[in-house]
Amino acid sequence: MSILIDKKTKLIVQGITGRDGSFHAEQMKKYGTNVVGGVTPGKGGTKLHGIPVFDNMQEAVAKTKANTSVIYVPPPFAIDAIYEAADAGIKLIVCITEGVPANDMMKVYDYVKAKGIRMIGPNSPGLISTDKSKVGIMPGNIVKKGPVGVISRSGTLTYEAIWALTCAGIGQTTCLGIGGDQIIGTNFIDVLEMFEADKATKAVVMIGEIGGTDEEQAAKFVKKKMTKPVVGFIAGRMAPPGKRMGHAGAIISGGSGTADDKIKALNAAGIPVAASPTEIPDLIREKLANKKAASTKKTKASAKTKTGARKKVAAKKTAPKASARAGAKAKKKSTKKR
Amino acid sequence: MKIHEYQARGIFASAGIPVPRGQAVSTVADAVAVAEEYARPVMVKAQVHVGGRGKAGGVQYAENVEAARVWAQKILGMEIKGLKVNTVLVTEAADIVSEAYVGIVIDRASKAPVIMVSAAGGIDIEEVAAKTPEKIFKLAVDPQLGLRVYQARDLAATLYRDIKLIRQAADIIMKLYDVYWKTDASLVEINPLITTPDGKVVAIDAKVNIDDNGLFRQKDIAAMRDLDAEDPSEMEAREGDLSFVSLNGNIGCMVNGAGLAMATMDLVKHYGGDPANFLDIGGSSNPQKVLTAMSIILRNPNVRAILINIFGGITRCDDVANGIVMAYEELRPEVPIVVRLTGTNEVAARKILKKINLESAATLDEVVKKTIELAETDADSAGRVA
Repeated sequence: MSILIDKKTKLIVQGITGRDGSFHAEQMKKYGTNVVGGVTPGKGGTKLHGIPVFDNMQEAVAKTKANTSVIYVPPPFAIDAIYEAADAGIKLIVCITEGVPANDMMKVYDYVKAKGIRMIGPNSPGLISTDKSKVGIMPGNIVKKGPVGVISRSGTLTYEAIWALTCAGIGQTTCLGIGGDQIIGTNFIDVLEMFEADKATKAVVMIGEIGGTDEEQAAKFVKKKMTKPVVGFIAGRMAPPGKRMGHAGAIISGGSGTADDKIKALNAAGIPVAASPTEIPDLIREKLANKKAASTKKTKASAKTKTGARKKVAAKKTAPKASARAGAKAKKKSTKKR
Repeated sequence: MKIHEYQARGIFASAGIPVPRGQAVSTVADAVAVAEEYARPVMVKAQVHVGGRGKAGGVQYAENVEAARVWAQKILGMEIKGLKVNTVLVTEAADIVSEAYVGIVIDRASKAPVIMVSAAGGIDIEEVAAKTPEKIFKLAVDPQLGLRVYQARDLAATLYRDIKLIRQAADIIMKLYDVYWKTDASLVEINPLITTPDGKVVAIDAKVNIDDNGLFRQKDIAAMRDLDAEDPSEMEAREGDLSFVSLNGNIGCMVNGAGLAMATMDLVKHYGGDPANFLDIGGSSNPQKVLTAMSIILRNPNVRAILINIFGGITRCDDVANGIVMAYEELRPEVPIVVRLTGTNEVAARKILKKINLESAATLDEVVKKTIELAETDADSAGRVA
């Protein structure tokens, strides 16, 4: 299984005849994505890489029954492209475009949400469900089928983390970049929820960075709602306050949004944070091993007694935390002493 | 993007927000002329892009023309947090009865503009938020609907009791919200918003930050950019479509992608090194960008070694390699360079790089460790571009 996209995904590429749109339409098709059409006003009726091109989304969706769209159009037109996709009945909109004004995004966010549409991005690298479908610009050759879900605010840093996992022999269900902007359609929590519900995903890697408090909120969510282990990475420990580090959303303002705050919040929720992307596979292995140990205990417990159901939950809750959160517990103790 | 107070108050004034008379000047003679024209006490205010200029002595009250001359002399040319003051704003000094705060910011969590007001104005609002959060009233505005007059009035009513003052403040909040949208702002702020003895509500400070992503349709505001107030390397990088931030270390970094660039810098620090900069060459792999990036890095005399980390996706490693060769031949850097290229077309890239003799590394951790090592051994030879 996977989240958001799979073999049922029927994709329209908005801005298909542009430089990026054309290149990635071909890449996505090669990966096996069902690219059913593209849209560029004035180019309707032509074909590109064997993909039919339409003048507008209404027509494209009517003729292809597409359910997903990916946007490669330049910033001044990207907002309109999202509205057009929403009005044409698309259910999942992935906006790759970088440089979309934040105030426009606020309006779009409310609009698509009211229609029950899932929007990813803007400034997102898109997503890949391994061996099924790829929407966006992530390189298809770095992923490998396996049990880990990956979520990130970044592009190439995500590839680095995925590549580290793949090299260590740990594969992925779905890898998704939520985007580096301030106002984005889908946040960490939305994706964590989906991974929690996805049967094939056994553990999650969450890659955050400075700016905002999305990671802190995600940490709270993990502690309260997630049964699956989560491993973290936070970029920007070196970043000076007040400077925008490339991404529009990566800015420390008024002392909030620092990497230290985020790492603390993650640790407090039992999420170990890797110092380097190359440490991620080890942390995942550890977590999965703990999880297994916990589930063996769980089976034993339920076999022994009829009230197993209750114990099952208890085992599930305590066992993986016990070892992984040793650090957090030690910290708590020292605070008490003080 | 930040603009100066005098530019922000100009925007406020054209939106109908009451501000005291004032003029921005860059010479003492002009400052004196303004003070003479107003013929009453004035404020002399340093125009720099940093907070805390008041505490640094950059905002002064001048009782008369002579005092205005003395303060203009002192403030023009002074340095505040490393930034030289080239311009002062001379305004009529106002008689202040009360000071409040009004601000509007992008709120990531509620995905809406949030209006904040506080009767505790005139001081750092972050301090108020930390110490006495109950003194701040917030309202997340529905971005589709916009701000309604009753909402502005309710906010204003938390500041004042007199309905005449409430009406004036509500009108100012409505106009400020309008400025926020029309300028693609990420922050607009009046601190303080004052009341005068004759019952007027006036904005005696003005702050506007613009969302960089909105600049393409804000030509007038983009033209307000104060080139003197910026790091020249950061400026050149922006023109070359690169993201660059100067830091204090000695390891020059060139990376593709903002997240990976930050992670690479963090790792430099983690292994005991100190990055000289943040530099993201972006997604496209134009060799010219690599050349520009290299020349910006090399201009920093502190740089002892350069780290290049590229994870090819859309960025093609062979394109970057061509850029590195081009930069190497044109700039002849004397500091060691360590390159790590992974992903799209990496084999071709390695062949291209054979033309020049550079250190290479296979993994992220390796490239970082190797560069730190070379920076340390090279520390006394002080090599850079001839």
